[in-house]
Amino acid sequence: MSAAPQKAKAGAEKIEVEVSAIVPLNDLVTRFEFTRRDGLPFPPFSAGAHTVVEMNDDGRTRLNPYSLMSDPADSTKYAISVRRDDEGRGGSLFMHRKVKVGETMTITYPVNLFPLDLRGRKHVFLAGGIGITPFMAMIAYLERMGGAWELHYACRSEALGTYVDELTSRHPNKVHVYYDDKKQAIALEDLLDGQPLGTHVYVCGPQGMIQWVHKTAAAHGWPDENVHSEEFLAPQPGKPFEVRLCKSDITIQVGEHESLLEAIERCGVEAPFLCRGGACGQCETDVVEADGEFIHRDHWLDDDDHASGKKIMPCVSRFVGKTLVLDR
Amino acid sequence: MTIQFNEETFRDDYSFRNSDWAIKRFPFPFHEDSYMYSVNMEQHRGGPEGSVYEKRFDVDEHYVSEMRDRAIVLADDPLRCQSLPHMTLAGWDTLELIMVSKSEDYPDLFELHRDGDRWRWINKPMGIDHTFTFLDETTLPCGPLEYITRQAQGDYAVLDQRNDMLYMDAGMITTQADWSLDFDIGMDFFEWHAPVPLAHEMGIFKRALKFLLNVQQGAPARRLNWTMTVNPLLDTSPENYHKWGVQKSTLTPQNIGSKQHLRVELQTFYRLPRSNALLFPIRCYLIAFQDIVTIPKWGRRLHRVIRDLPEELATYKGFIDNRPMMLDYLSQYDDGLPTSPGVWPDLDTEPPLQK
Repeated sequence: MSAAPQKAKAGAEKIEVEVSAIVPLNDLVTRFEFTRRDGLPFPPFSAGAHTVVEMNDDGRTRLNPYSLMSDPADSTKYAISVRRDDEGRGGSLFMHRKVKVGETMTITYPVNLFPLDLRGRKHVFLAGGIGITPFMAMIAYLERMGGAWELHYACRSEALGTYVDELTSRHPNKVHVYYDDKKQAIALEDLLDGQPLGTHVYVCGPQGMIQWVHKTAAAHGWPDENVHSEEFLAPQPGKPFEVRLCKSDITIQVGEHESLLEAIERCGVEAPFLCRGGACGQCETDVVEADGEFIHRDHWLDDDDHASGKKIMPCVSRFVGKTLVLDR
Repeated sequence: MTIQFNEETFRDDYSFRNSDWAIKRFPFPFHEDSYMYSVNMEQHRGGPEGSVYEKRFDVDEHYVSEMRDRAIVLADDPLRCQSLPHMTLAGWDTLELIMVSKSEDYPDLFELHRDGDRWRWINKPMGIDHTFTFLDETTLPCGPLEYITRQAQGDYAVLDQRNDMLYMDAGMITTQADWSLDFDIGMDFFEWHAPVPLAHEMGIFKRALKFLLNVQQGAPARRLNWTMTVNPLLDTSPENYHKWGVQKSTLTPQNIGSKQHLRVELQTFYRLPRSNALLFPIRCYLIAFQDIVTIPKWGRRLHRVIRDLPEELATYKGFIDNRPMMLDYLSQYDDGLPTSPGVWPDLDTEPPLQK
């Protein structure tokens, strides 16, 4: 409506926070709690939302999404739980090794790509490992509102059962835990068969588990819209490649350990993004010209889009070949 | 500034009037001398001081009278406000957003005192002082959405977001440009936009949906839409078309300046934090032709836009039959001089009418 349209900013709104507590939960997982620097209450959030944490790792900016796992009704703090990934690109290692209580960090406003369907008569949660985090907030919300839910939680071992004690002591009849090392497994088919009409299923965990739940539910006649999942992908390393950004009129190099989106940002080109994990669709970019193979890893584009070679999600996807020109 | 609230009606004797202040701040929707659909979104983060874009929920001289008109519509037809069962939380989100915004933006008119879930809301222009428990419906005289939107100008559509789609699952709709909440309730974004011509072919709605699904908490957006209304009617609903449709045939060259109104909607979009629903306030501003043409730039431009508008759009907006009479009137205020870019009146720089 104005003479000059305003350009949308990349990423969500930001909040300056202080690390108020660091609580190791077991060998792999640590909880980080944040309070606001300006003393204001945190914005309320809907269960299932995530925040993107900005890390300044020796001059290199890392932006990683983590599910908010604190009680959505508590506006005094936000909390995330981070699993250490020794093989990963370093974000979780930075959180575990470098971040100290009292430090200032920047996080984004909550963004929800994994909301509860509030029409649901009952909510069945299927968690695998660190996939428990969004369900912590969902359970707190449903307990307050009197909603029906149950949790089936697969962990590697008792020692790595993040929040198992807290959950089972508070909700002994709603929480079911399965330990891999005891050869226990979720009896998914029985579980799906016994649910009342209007039940929604939510799964958060490794990719294999998510596919297993979608496939099994579909085979048992569940409508797609009653089965919800969230998986953030970490960008994977790959061979360096060269990209031409035609709008910006520059050619950039994408290194082995950085994502295409990170390389674009490093070269000073502003690109839209939200989740940085292949789920939200914000960074979708048109391909102008390509001679080579795409390595598509996102959950956003459909198979036809992937096959067309006309679009790429630079947060997680890569390219191998001679020429790639993007409309950016 | 302190607002002087008008005593006026939007029906029967139509005593609605815009003051000079309201004319100068009118959200004129045309940034150039022609109009075509576009998604035309921008961020809703304030605007020039005194403009309708400055505050999150604009309050103007029509506030008290508009709320009185809404109460009349609801008394006749309670289905103008509906909320499907899963939308109650979004109703509380809406109540919170409006109460917090108004008490911060207009502290002399509205106060909100919060002690945990115990909230006291004071609305001075409407003489309300009410204490209630947040998230406890039994402490309000009606649902949270109805409660707060009986105290806030403009219509409110509350859209549930699921499976990458928006659904019209709640709303308060009494000042609408010929659409019905009762008809649209539960529809998805493409279903309720189905009657709009041209825009589908242009891919407008696909792009708009993508944008709206990504409106994030803390980053509201806005756009303008417009149409034409004969007489300053807020309630131009399909339900009451038999009452107002016929008034379009009462225009004459003598009364067109005072009877014909440009109707502009300031549409804003907020991601609601607790429910993840999308709040879509649609604020209606009316201005008589005779008031628009007191701003020389707007008089010139409105003539050119209406003259060159594609026939489909003039038909859809419901003024194709009256267009020749409108052009006869408006052409008197178009001297052919160029106009400055942008929507603002530019009274200091634009020349007065040269004829």
